[in-house]
Amino acid sequence: MKTEPKTISEKILSLKSGTDARAGDIVEADVDHVMVNDVTGPLAFQEFEALECEPMREKIVLIPDHFVPNKDVASAKQAKEMRDFAKRWGIRNYFEVGRGGVCHQVMLDNGFAYPGALVVGADSHTCTYGGVNAFATGVGSSEAAAVFATGQLWFKVPGAFRVLLKGRPSKYVGGKDLVLKLISDIGVDGATYKALEFEGPGVSALTVSDRLSVSNMAIEAGGKAGIFPCDEATVSYMNTVRKGGYNATFPDEGASYERTLEYDLSSLESMVALPHLPSNGKTARDVNVQIDQAYLGSCTNGRIEDLRLAAEIIRGRKVHPDVRMVVVPASVKVFEQAMAEGVLTELSRAGAFISGPTCGACLGGHMGILAPGERCVSSTNRNFIGRMGHRESEVYLAGPAVVTASAITGRITDPRDLEAIR
Amino acid sequence: MKGKVWKYGDHVNTDVIIPGRYLDDYDVKNMARHAMEDLDPRFAKDVAYGDIIVAGRNFGCGSSREQAPLALKHAGVGAVVASSFARIFYRNAINIGLPVVEFNAADMFENGDVALINLEKGVLINETNGRTGKFVPLPDFLLEILREGGLVAHSAKRFR
Repeated sequence: MKTEPKTISEKILSLKSGTDARAGDIVEADVDHVMVNDVTGPLAFQEFEALECEPMREKIVLIPDHFVPNKDVASAKQAKEMRDFAKRWGIRNYFEVGRGGVCHQVMLDNGFAYPGALVVGADSHTCTYGGVNAFATGVGSSEAAAVFATGQLWFKVPGAFRVLLKGRPSKYVGGKDLVLKLISDIGVDGATYKALEFEGPGVSALTVSDRLSVSNMAIEAGGKAGIFPCDEATVSYMNTVRKGGYNATFPDEGASYERTLEYDLSSLESMVALPHLPSNGKTARDVNVQIDQAYLGSCTNGRIEDLRLAAEIIRGRKVHPDVRMVVVPASVKVFEQAMAEGVLTELSRAGAFISGPTCGACLGGHMGILAPGERCVSSTNRNFIGRMGHRESEVYLAGPAVVTASAITGRITDPRDLEAIR
Repeated sequence: MKGKVWKYGDHVNTDVIIPGRYLDDYDVKNMARHAMEDLDPRFAKDVAYGDIIVAGRNFGCGSSREQAPLALKHAGVGAVVASSFARIFYRNAINIGLPVVEFNAADMFENGDVALINLEKGVLINETNGRTGKFVPLPDFLLEILREGGLVAHSAKRFR
């Protein structure tokens, strides 16, 4: 069948729905995996049980991460509900504390997200998996429950923005800086209901980890998905987590896009998003702010590459006496790797606090909550009012290099300026 | 549907609708108690059954937490009228039975005015100053989901 050229989103949703899906169509598609966490899971279980049917066991992935290890009695009950649901229905893919971590990193570590896959998760940062060429998007608990029951969900096929990348980023600049720049350019609702599709020679200059950071924050521009093409780097990454069974998906020549944005990675600088919107981006050198806490972790930037960079920057230096640096590897796999490589030792010796994997303070849960008036530079994804603590606290979003450099100096710092300070 | 208007600006996000620190307990009473706390501490105390939120662009941006529309619904909110909504919030609201109206009504209302909405006919009236607006009603199947109290109630009925 000859069809009009398609975007990656149209191709994946066509394949999964068995239709010739075009932007604007509504299709019912087969979902490969559906993930819920300890905040969205219990509501989904309640709703699923009301449907009185058998679950699609192999598609369901249950990952407690937001308030585990249990922060208090209420969160202990929620986590217990997940465990009980997994047992009651015989769901194999349940990741207990100490064997999992931040849901999106666990999904990646275990090969549940892969090129050509259609994945939904009851967590808005499910769009992270676009970094490995999957169509992945966040849904609510009710919709997750519907997928538990049927393995399917309806989707409006999104129109796409093409983001053309060229050049190579300089040493301390990465995916986070690109996505903060992009969100500042188009705004927090600039891509509402759209897919951001990345292309161009600059893609290969971004590591898979960088791409995951970019896709992760597509939702911060309102996006439904943020998708990279599959290349050699994707394939060699996938080989570490999964034995084949995936479908590298590329846009067709001549596919139609609603808008094209272009970025030269070589001219990007370290970025910071000021309170209280991810779109309040400035270059780190233009921000002169004293900080109380530096947080390195989360589904956005809690990967081994992020921790390695932090250790490299902090080597021979110390965390500033007036700063708490909190380091949270995103998953057990990342934690073990960082331990084996000496990365955690390096950070701990410099005065950082190391936590086991959890969403922790990113969403204001635990492990580093802010007091009124306190400021945190954070490698996470949201800086809304009250996000990491008191409503009068402030969150400055940045990449791992800026977070680490700032932890050392006590002020928001471009890592290039560290040498001069020493 | 008729209620007092609570007016807010653009990008009212899920973290201010129901702060993350309260997500450790999904009892709807807990959610309702903390609704809008970080944006407007008066809201949860003073909101009355049937009150209507009128807001600007991108209402509900941020997290996929269904607790956000649930918190508003159980605090008593009858409907949210906004010039635009974030995608996941919009679907979640309908799925849990909270009416959402995409319409720019910021200029029609002052805080505390009384609003009247007819979802089926797509009519919005400010009873306080007499202004009226017309919006495109939701398609019938979504109105039916809202009438039945949400997606699960709606689907359960279909399965049985």
